Amino acid sequence: MNKMLILEAINVQNWTYILVGVTFAIYIGIAIWSRANSTKEFYVAGSGVSPWANGMATAADWMSAASFIGMAGIISFAGYDGAVYLMGWTGGYVLLALLLAPYLRKFGKFTVPDFIGDRYYSDTARIVAVICALLVSFTYVAGQMRGVGIVFSRFLEVDIDTGVIIGMLIVLFYAVLGGMKGITYTQVAQYCVLIFAFMVPAIFISIQMTGNPIPQLGFGSELADGSGTFLLDKLDGLSTELGFAEYTNGSKSLIDVFAITLALMVGTAGLPHVIVRFFTVKRVKDARKSAGIALLLIAVLYTTAPAVAVFARTNMIETVSNQPYAEVPKWFKKWETTGLITFTDKNNDGQIQYVADESQNELVIDQDIMVLANPEIANLPNWVIALVAAGGLAAALSTAAGLLLVISSSVSHDLIKKVIKPTISEQGELIAARISAIGAVCVAGYFGINPPGFVAAVVALAFGLAAASFFPAIVLGIFYKRMNKEGAVAGMVVGIAFMLYYIVKFKFGWLDETIPDKSEWWFGISPEGFGAVAMLINFLVSITVMKFTNAPPNEVQDIVENIRIPSGVGEASNH
Amino acid sequence: MTSQEKAKAYWKENIRYVIILLLIWFMVSYGAGIIFKDALNSIRIGGFKLGFWFAQQGSIYVFVILIFVYVRLMNKLDKKYGYDE
Repeated sequence: MNKMLILEAINVQNWTYILVGVTFAIYIGIAIWSRANSTKEFYVAGSGVSPWANGMATAADWMSAASFIGMAGIISFAGYDGAVYLMGWTGGYVLLALLLAPYLRKFGKFTVPDFIGDRYYSDTARIVAVICALLVSFTYVAGQMRGVGIVFSRFLEVDIDTGVIIGMLIVLFYAVLGGMKGITYTQVAQYCVLIFAFMVPAIFISIQMTGNPIPQLGFGSELADGSGTFLLDKLDGLSTELGFAEYTNGSKSLIDVFAITLALMVGTAGLPHVIVRFFTVKRVKDARKSAGIALLLIAVLYTTAPAVAVFARTNMIETVSNQPYAEVPKWFKKWETTGLITFTDKNNDGQIQYVADESQNELVIDQDIMVLANPEIANLPNWVIALVAAGGLAAALSTAAGLLLVISSSVSHDLIKKVIKPTISEQGELIAARISAIGAVCVAGYFGINPPGFVAAVVALAFGLAAASFFPAIVLGIFYKRMNKEGAVAGMVVGIAFMLYYIVKFKFGWLDETIPDKSEWWFGISPEGFGAVAMLINFLVSITVMKFTNAPPNEVQDIVENIRIPSGVGEASNH
Repeated sequence: MTSQEKAKAYWKENIRYVIILLLIWFMVSYGAGIIFKDALNSIRIGGFKLGFWFAQQGSIYVFVILIFVYVRLMNKLDKKYGYDE
């Protein structure tokens, strides 16, 4: 038998075992090699990470199960409107590189609450920041563990709970042992796995559909069938034919698209697990450079995702629309058993009607399928299908680990060391950090097994909270020397209060009988976009309160002058 | 220049760079990708309508370039003021 035949003979499940097994062995090996021996290594990897390694780690940290599995699917159903995620989740890095990362690196402590607490000379500010960091990170991590469970159950046929537990054990191992140091170098490996796993099917499908191997160009090219029609024109035509909005034109209002994009951008820049990555490099100039590298590496996936969305959507419509149900391909049946595709033959003609009109539509497709089943829909080889599983796991695990570190350092450093027991020894703090990491993994695992019913809503909340609290407080702390603790604390509290109120009212519907109608949104802005408004409220309240209260003490103003100058950074230190 | 004047001058130049780059950041994403999307969609490049392309591709490329331009500008500025390490 020649090599190709052997490759064909291994089925998807065995391929998945092989690829997932190999990648997990690599992660564990890295963890053993990069054990942390001091709090500095545990929290910020000893501040000795090179810009390229940090860029890769940041990219893996940032791209979660949602980016890998979810985003292309969301875009393929939302069309133009999907741009809010594409621009929102990349544009934030420009803000990070220009407004936050270099200065926070110069400041040179371990955590975001460290900066807020010291810059605003107040334990109240520090504790508000800790609460925000915990809220944001826990909501996020629950989704990641769930993602791990789902990938395991789909591809390895274990149940979701077992999958979550396997994922917990792996993360536990390298996060507790290696801290930030272990996490950083596993994330470097995870970036390679996830980007390879995302690009290979995308390139295959791009060649199939348009003859162009570069997906970013492929989805703007003519179809490979020789018809001379552009792919996007064809999809626009198919969409309107079935009663959907034209693909390249969205259905959201301009102000809402604007607000959601802004909320996601400032939210991204304010997320603690992203910010702390820039504490791990050596110099201020490395912080700037690694922000650029991180975005470059993220952009590889983020510019491919909209192409995958177009390929998958066109393929899907062509394969199933108005086809007899008896003749659907194998993948259709397979995903039907998972409940992610459901078909009800409303008019009993034995054919699949997929249309925008709810009363006639017979096919319901879960968004997540677009990436998970895409290789099968396009008839790609078994190893490519298995690769998607390994990639999805890498994306979910790397993000989960980064979040767990924020949670454990918030507890052991910001609460125990800085507030409750400042006399704790270095060894004691390191033990506390490891114990809180174990605690955090268990809580995350619990939420992964018993997911709160409102995970999606909670993610909007995480970005909204980061936008409403950290982003204004940090930017003002750097660029506005006179900003004082009264202003910053008032701004954060009021910003968060507005954000919580809006989400509770318009997303959960707890304040009324039901969730209020869109027409009642303030300025026509959805809960997802309200972070932009809450951020503006924070800025206004901070500046107003600051005007009526005393300027910060001289030594704090000196800190501000100091962080504005890149030289003399030293290594991140305890004090 | 005293060290304080030097720090002030450095900061002023930095702020100027940041403002210019953020203006471009705003124009490609919120401008070309959102506010003027419909107008730009009348222009086509290959299969792409221009507004749609900016929203789903172009703005991301510009973001990456903006950060690397800032890195270069600041490295030069650090050298000019002797803050380079």
